[in-house]
Amino acid sequence: MSSSRVVRLPRSGAALLWLLAALVAAGSLLPLVYLGVRAAGAPSAAWDSLLSARTGITLLRTLGLAAAVTLASLALALPLAWLTVATDLPLRRFWAVTTSLPLVIPSYIGAYLFVAALGPRGLLQQALEPRFGITRLPSIYGFPGALVVLTLFTYPYLLLLLRAALQQRDPALEAAARSLGLEPWAVFRRVTLPQLRPALVAGSLLVALYVLRDFGAVSLLRYDTLTRVIYVQYRSAFDRNSAALLALLLALVAGLVLGLERGAERRRYHRSGGQNSRWATRVRLGRWRWPALAFCAAVTLAGLVMPAAILAGWLLRGLAAGERLPEAGAALAGSFAGAGLAALATLLAALPLALIGARREGPAARWLLRLAWTGHALPGIVVALGLVFFGLRYVRPLYQSLPMLVAAYVILFLPLAVGALRAALQRVPPNLEEAARLLGRRPAGAFGAVTLPLIRPGLAAGLALVFLTAMKELPATLILSPIGFETLSMRVWSAVSEAFFARAALPALLLILLSSVPMALLGLREEAA
Amino acid sequence: MRVLRVGSRAGLLLGLILLTSLTACDGPADDAGQTVRAPAEASAEAAAPGDAEADAEPDPVADPEAATNPEAEPDPVADPEAAFGDPNFRAEPGHLVVYSGRSQDLVGPIIEQFESDTGIEVDLRWGDTAELAATLLEEGDASPADVFLAQDPGGLGAVESLLAPLPSALLERVDARFRDADGRWIGLSGRARVIVYNTDRVQPADLPARLEGFTEPEWKDRVGWAPGNTSFQTMVTAMRVMQGEAAARSWVEGMVANGALPYDNNTAVVAAVGAGEVDAGLVNHYYLYRFLAEQGETFPARNHFMPGGGPGSLVLVAGAGILKTAARPETAEQLLAYLLSSPAQTYFATQTYEYPLASEAAAVTPAGLPPLAELEAPGMALSDLADLPGSAALLREAGALP
Repeated sequence: MSSSRVVRLPRSGAALLWLLAALVAAGSLLPLVYLGVRAAGAPSAAWDSLLSARTGITLLRTLGLAAAVTLASLALALPLAWLTVATDLPLRRFWAVTTSLPLVIPSYIGAYLFVAALGPRGLLQQALEPRFGITRLPSIYGFPGALVVLTLFTYPYLLLLLRAALQQRDPALEAAARSLGLEPWAVFRRVTLPQLRPALVAGSLLVALYVLRDFGAVSLLRYDTLTRVIYVQYRSAFDRNSAALLALLLALVAGLVLGLERGAERRRYHRSGGQNSRWATRVRLGRWRWPALAFCAAVTLAGLVMPAAILAGWLLRGLAAGERLPEAGAALAGSFAGAGLAALATLLAALPLALIGARREGPAARWLLRLAWTGHALPGIVVALGLVFFGLRYVRPLYQSLPMLVAAYVILFLPLAVGALRAALQRVPPNLEEAARLLGRRPAGAFGAVTLPLIRPGLAAGLALVFLTAMKELPATLILSPIGFETLSMRVWSAVSEAFFARAALPALLLILLSSVPMALLGLREEAA
Repeated sequence: MRVLRVGSRAGLLLGLILLTSLTACDGPADDAGQTVRAPAEASAEAAAPGDAEADAEPDPVADPEAATNPEAEPDPVADPEAAFGDPNFRAEPGHLVVYSGRSQDLVGPIIEQFESDTGIEVDLRWGDTAELAATLLEEGDASPADVFLAQDPGGLGAVESLLAPLPSALLERVDARFRDADGRWIGLSGRARVIVYNTDRVQPADLPARLEGFTEPEWKDRVGWAPGNTSFQTMVTAMRVMQGEAAARSWVEGMVANGALPYDNNTAVVAAVGAGEVDAGLVNHYYLYRFLAEQGETFPARNHFMPGGGPGSLVLVAGAGILKTAARPETAEQLLAYLLSSPAQTYFATQTYEYPLASEAAAVTPAGLPPLAELEAPGMALSDLADLPGSAALLREAGALP
């Protein structure tokens, strides 16, 4: 494990890197500037409400939920990641895909399906009533329901990053620890876990911020968070200014949460060298493989099979009743194109920031990185309206065009890619690239030849995270997409809000199926690597 | 450098997908992306304009204005560019741009019918009414939209400063109750506030005669409502106007104290009533019929129309307005006239289970519903119920909203 060192770039190269990073960070700052403009027009009543005890309590409830969901996600993601990467678990690749896919299910749909299944008079109760006479299950509304649903549909953020980090870990260290007589558990705790720290931190932040800005799950499950209060201002009071003031508070809270990152990330662990695959041994599970399989199956059942089965039930019921289904080709193409472009563009935009975040220290680097999280910390509607504000003023010809939609996706999802890339880059010792430079490679060439192959798992994780999250994005897509552009999640939302259940089920199932293809491909790539 | 190869392959794939989507989405006018009309549609709803025998032929029953205008206007169909579509998906210069806060599943078919009847191409942006209203306010003078279709009068009221007065010939086709007093928006279809009840657990005779009845102990923890829904909030506004602020506040507080269960929207309330999670719910009438269509007549919930002309019997509208900044105001008026024509009003009655509002079609009643004229609705105009922010504030203070 080497200490952190800084790769020296020629002045012009370093300046370019900083310039690019600053440009990207400035872009993600736009929604915040917009909020400032709007909040300045907020009535005094909005300030009173902002500073009231009630807002304080809502804030505490919000933070409590975020903390609980993050811990619960860790409890699911860490064992899943370890089992699917580092052990001889049967069907590893299959479980890796099925446990990542819940990320693509929009939380409002997930919550709706959850209530349909496990609500006081849901499908489970209906199944139990004839046999056991149970007429009502305990209520799942409020904190428990919100905790379960948000955990089920956000833990893959952590899982994907942790899997990448595990694939990139230095197996030589574990081999050394084993040869020195450490038990497997001690190897994991003392050698493997510390190497996962950047991924743990980045993934936990992604989960926590998702909870802060989620609207769908908390409204269906009746748990009041700050984002619900913001939506009431938009949807009921039609008051953009008061909403902006509250959203600024949310951004502030998110900033404080991000501040936790600093405390968690002091030491860095690089791997010792290139591909030490000859050291890589998989932990033999032995008879533990049965509980391990049961665990993977249970998570898959709850996060994927149950939602998909209910959707399939809606579809069959509707077809039997003679429902007409809309043609979904355009929405399918739109989803794939939008999410694919979002993934590529976001990864490109994230690279300079991730490089600076992984290799530079000091306040400038820290603040650049923190600013890049802004878009992800705010509800989608806020980011979308901010881009309407700036788009019409400064880049009018691009307003509601595909480039603008992709720009919105970049602002919204930048931290997903920065998190994945940065965690991967931190694991690459800078001296490797320096060696390539000494041997005559130009900076870009050295990066491409040495670093890029080493961070491949991180690249794949970043692509997957952005792709899956963009597939389900709704508010910005509705407002900023080119007119006539359709996505599957638009179709699902439109149909389910008007009780067209069969029509909602088809695009929702397609959303899951379509996402599983790139996930499976990325998974296979990892294995082949 | 395997990763680069993967990347370029993925890029190629994406390029291909993008190209397909470009051809697929060059305008909602094309068949792509719209509802596929199965032959089944022709059976039950022979009167609906949805089953397009009309093709490009102007519908004879439709508004005469709508039928004649395409010849007079420089026709967008003649525009050669329209045939190819724009790689940026931008609205075509000749197209009418509509922001629709109503779902594609509800109004998509009738707008397609308008396109095929008139030859006018319509570009649609679908969204949530309140979020589109916020977008329109943010866009201001630069908005590309010509027409705003909204779920509720609240959404239209929020942007009324951006709306142009409608011609009186259009306004007069709808009862004064169902349009803006200053003529900036007009109701296109009506929805009644009802009590939806679980037929296994409640007899209609047991339901209270007034909304106040739900604050009685016998209804404790048995009622679902959707305090965040603008139709519900308009009903609260009606209560404030008819019975005074204090009465409205005490009703909301009484409901909260009586354990009324908040749901996110009307669909969720009807689902909960059907499942027996709650015994009754306060909703708009038409959601139930979607459940009956998909789950059959055995779905154990029905609507009860409250008598007595109180706020609980309010009739609301989904409506539309034309932006002051509309590039094609005459074409926009043509669309609104079309939506008020008999075929379109019949479409609303038969396909979305809403009440027709245009005077010549108002006699058409959605199957199985009491006629609009028989509903004991309050006589007040909806434009007197514009103070949605006031109701939202009341609901927040009473603890019904966060």
